[in-house]
Amino acid sequence: MMLNRKNTGRRAQLAPLMAITAAAAMALTACGGGSGTTGETSAAVQEQKITFIPKQLNNPYTDVVLGGGKDGSQEAGFASSQVVGPLEASASSQVSFINAETQAGTNVIVIAANDPDAVCTALGEARSAGAKIVAFDSDANPDCRDVFISQVVAKEVALIQTKLIAEQIGGSGEIAILSATANATNQNEWIKFMEEDLASNPAYKDIKLVAKVYGDDDDTKSFQEAQGLLQAHPNLKGIISPTTVGIAATARYLSTSAYKGKVALTGLGLPNEMRPFVKDGTVKEFALWDPAQLGYVAAFAGKALVEGKITGAPGDKFTAGELGDRTVEEGGVVIVGPPTVFNAQNIDQYDF
Amino acid sequence: MSSTVKHEEKPTTAGRTGGGSGGFGSLLRLRELPVLIALALLVLITFLNNPLFLSPQGIKDLLLNATIIVILAAGQTLLIITRNIDLSVGSMLGLVAFGTGSIFAAMPDLPILAVLLLGMAFGAVLGMVNGFLVTVAKVPALVITLGTLYVFRGFNNAWAGGKQYFAGDRPEAFGALSVDTVLGFPIITLLAIAVVAAVAVYMAGTRPGRDLYAIGSDPEAAKVLGIKVSKRVFLAFLANGALAGLAGVLYASRFNSVGATTGTGMELDVVAAAVVGGVAIFGGSGTVAGAALGALLLTTITSSLTALRVDKFWQQAIVGILILTAIVIDRLASLRTARKLRMSEARNV
Repeated sequence: MMLNRKNTGRRAQLAPLMAITAAAAMALTACGGGSGTTGETSAAVQEQKITFIPKQLNNPYTDVVLGGGKDGSQEAGFASSQVVGPLEASASSQVSFINAETQAGTNVIVIAANDPDAVCTALGEARSAGAKIVAFDSDANPDCRDVFISQVVAKEVALIQTKLIAEQIGGSGEIAILSATANATNQNEWIKFMEEDLASNPAYKDIKLVAKVYGDDDDTKSFQEAQGLLQAHPNLKGIISPTTVGIAATARYLSTSAYKGKVALTGLGLPNEMRPFVKDGTVKEFALWDPAQLGYVAAFAGKALVEGKITGAPGDKFTAGELGDRTVEEGGVVIVGPPTVFNAQNIDQYDF
Repeated sequence: MSSTVKHEEKPTTAGRTGGGSGGFGSLLRLRELPVLIALALLVLITFLNNPLFLSPQGIKDLLLNATIIVILAAGQTLLIITRNIDLSVGSMLGLVAFGTGSIFAAMPDLPILAVLLLGMAFGAVLGMVNGFLVTVAKVPALVITLGTLYVFRGFNNAWAGGKQYFAGDRPEAFGALSVDTVLGFPIITLLAIAVVAAVAVYMAGTRPGRDLYAIGSDPEAAKVLGIKVSKRVFLAFLANGALAGLAGVLYASRFNSVGATTGTGMELDVVAAAVVGGVAIFGGSGTVAGAALGALLLTTITSSLTALRVDKFWQQAIVGILILTAIVIDRLASLRTARKLRMSEARNV
């Protein structure tokens, strides 16, 4: 309370400048920033800032997403866009970055949550300081963000992967899943849909999911998990890896081992990373959306939120630059587009 | 701890000038025995439960998994024995691995041997930075290398950014180093074995090698004896850097991608391997063969727990228990040695 009173004192001197904009909410949250924060907010109409917080920096997939985000931010008219984030994809590592953005008075925070709940409190503080929260790639708890930009319909991503693996193993046999971290929101949702699909679709009745392992999006760990899968399950016929790091590490292991060509591999991968494995026959087909569009749409959604054009309510519409209109669906979800399947015929047409 | 180690080392340092030190040699070997037994049991139990564990591909995987850590553990042993440590090995490996990727991207036709030597030279330079800071600034290696861990990683992040090089960017012959086998051993594993053998001979059979033990047993006494402590420690850091460089190049041969985060966290695995392998963390005793066995044991545990379908969340706990066990065994062994020595000294007087 002492601090608050001090702030009020300082504010009194600035009172003529601040006029009516000083909302009561600001007084509550401005403990740290003091009068500076309030000043910035009133000038924010011209100077809007957007910050992207990916799961992890220096991840090639993330780079493509962020590249799209940068383009989108420019086209949407943000004065500045920046990227901050942890070097390791762990549950709590994003919190300090969110706090820093809150203090800097950033207008839009775009985040791919490593853990839907771990970031929640920090995001809540950012929102009460006036920031709009756009989750992308991996959702935060819906209570703590305004909209979620989803690659594709989660179910569609899951179904395309079960379809690909079923085709590649000839409709019957044991399969396994090699995922990212055990608590990654997006992977877990896809895995849930895959399990449902495998259980309910009569075409898959002879396919048995025998294991789910986690390579933590780490090359070395994913590599060893792939080895372990093949040892623990001698009859394994296929692996689904719904993460770009996992599928590449597994592909590298398969292509250098006796299992090459005997065990099928599919999942979500980056064409540039998977090209050699598609060409040498280790991988027949895999899927992904265009990651750049994800960042691009997220930037436009952020802009629409800041300008008050959308609130994140179902039915809200906004224009995502050259990609055209997008509609907010149930649960505040915005869908970017359908996944693409890559194989030896078309992989050379893509460069990301 | 240091006093017991001192007792134990006296005869072995004497052994370098005189003849054999059979009794103490076997005592030293005892340190590795528990590791060897644990390893044998682990492999046996896993094999009985899952015969695929020792299929040709299974053995090859086990050896490959251990290779890089074995090389790093050999270098780390040189340092731990002198009562130093290098926590920056993961970052050094990362820098060299990314450097290897960059070299091949720029000059795909460079001979592989040249790349190996370049990588080792690069690592040696990084090791020299550590060695220089430790010997000149006289700050404990733990602190210096904790600093360089972040500095080197920072360079790697700045240099690589989001750029990664993939196996497809490197010549096939280079990748084949970690695929092709000679008598069942992958080529990079043979390289690691050669490294361990060379370091073992150096440490057991040469004067500078024995000096390292003397330094670790008691740095002050070593100085009094006329051992060039700073020079030896500096060279040990240099050698460790060169080995981390070698490991970095081999990492690029084996794994798919090298980038900004390559090798993160590896330093702890390496120190754990050395400690589990019987290298005393306060210096003065242990062997490079023990450290190599420790590395093999730790990587094999991961593989066998996966093959036994044990939840992977238990794996780290088990590794932790092993480290604690190794330290307790080490402590008990040195206490017993100290007691024996005291008794025999008392009788001789």
